[in-house]
Amino acid sequence: MELFNLFLKAAFVENMALAFFLGMCSFLAVSKKVETAVGLGFAVIFVLFITTPINNLVYQYLLKEGAMTWISEDFANVDLSFLGFIAYIAVIAAMVQIVEMAIDKFSPALYGSLGVFLPLIAVNCAILGASLFMVQRDYTFTESVVFGLGSGVGWLMAIVALAAIRERLRYSHIPAPLRGLGITFITTGLMALGFQIFGGIKL
Amino acid sequence: MNAASKRILVDPLHVDNPITLQVLGICSALAVTTKLETALVMSAALTFVMVLSNVSISLLRNMIPSSIRIITQLAIIASLVIIADQILKAFVYDVSKQLSVFVGLIITNCIVMGRAEAFAMANGPRKSFIDGLGNSLGYAVILLIVAFFRELFGSGKIYGMTVMETVNNGGWYNPNGLMVLSPGAFFLIGFIIWVQRAVTKSLQEEN
Repeated sequence: MELFNLFLKAAFVENMALAFFLGMCSFLAVSKKVETAVGLGFAVIFVLFITTPINNLVYQYLLKEGAMTWISEDFANVDLSFLGFIAYIAVIAAMVQIVEMAIDKFSPALYGSLGVFLPLIAVNCAILGASLFMVQRDYTFTESVVFGLGSGVGWLMAIVALAAIRERLRYSHIPAPLRGLGITFITTGLMALGFQIFGGIKL
Repeated sequence: MNAASKRILVDPLHVDNPITLQVLGICSALAVTTKLETALVMSAALTFVMVLSNVSISLLRNMIPSSIRIITQLAIIASLVIIADQILKAFVYDVSKQLSVFVGLIITNCIVMGRAEAFAMANGPRKSFIDGLGNSLGYAVILLIVAFFRELFGSGKIYGMTVMETVNNGGWYNPNGLMVLSPGAFFLIGFIIWVQRAVTKSLQEEN
């Protein structure tokens, strides 16, 4: 039950895209069509689902103060947490590269349809953000699995919703200077405002 | 400074602005703009990282194999961000607490990575230095405009100094709560884009 609450919290109350505004660059740039948005969303879920738990292990067993006592008692005072950023981003970049190769090998069709969005996930702030939040809130391994999955699902829902709105917007009369990026910003603002209703919910 | 370098420096301020035209670095731009002070610190930190990463990646550009260039670039950027983070923690601890997770996110700030990929990998260190400076200034301009309005209307202050006394403190100004919330930043950037593209018509997009 606790874990299910964490999932809901990660997906809705603390939605990566609409509550924390992480992964905004690809969120705004890749939301022109629902189809590509869905593809990118699932790739993000997959990478989040894998990297958050791996980074959790890296933190618990290598970086945290006294984390390396499992190697030898002498390391009890070693605190490597300042190396966090570089360790997490290395894991993420390596993961994205591996995922890319695996998809290329086992499912060329999917690889073709994702195209350039796959490597772009490496610099999607939502991925690193999830790892940093996980460390800040000191999640256990199971919690980090659920948190990674929940954040990914939340991000997917947000980008698909925005893409659907943008497809409809193509048929409306928007003032010329606002067309494209401008109206997308305002739409996202309104969506984020809508998401605030989850704000008061305590799970 | 010749005309070409001048263009590299000035273009990102308006016609090739990283936030309003290249759609880079939005994530951090929204999160740190409730106050001018945090926006200023963030811009300074980004300028530091951006200029140094552009120069170092440009110096190494002939030695980086293209198949692992993403990891290499990220490693360079991440090291620079760690240095910036430690400096902030040492000298302005309060501000660094407020920025918390977002200083770390400079690493994945698409501006740094995007300019490294698009410019520094193909140009010499001097040009890359100017490009880094220009783009971080363009980023800073938007950040400061947004932060100015959010702080003024959201809490009646400019850089921490009270301009309009709020009702809670016995004054007359009823603060606009929307500005403090993050959607306010979206509307403001939307309006900035509107104004910018109304002034410079060549920037408008086809529907």
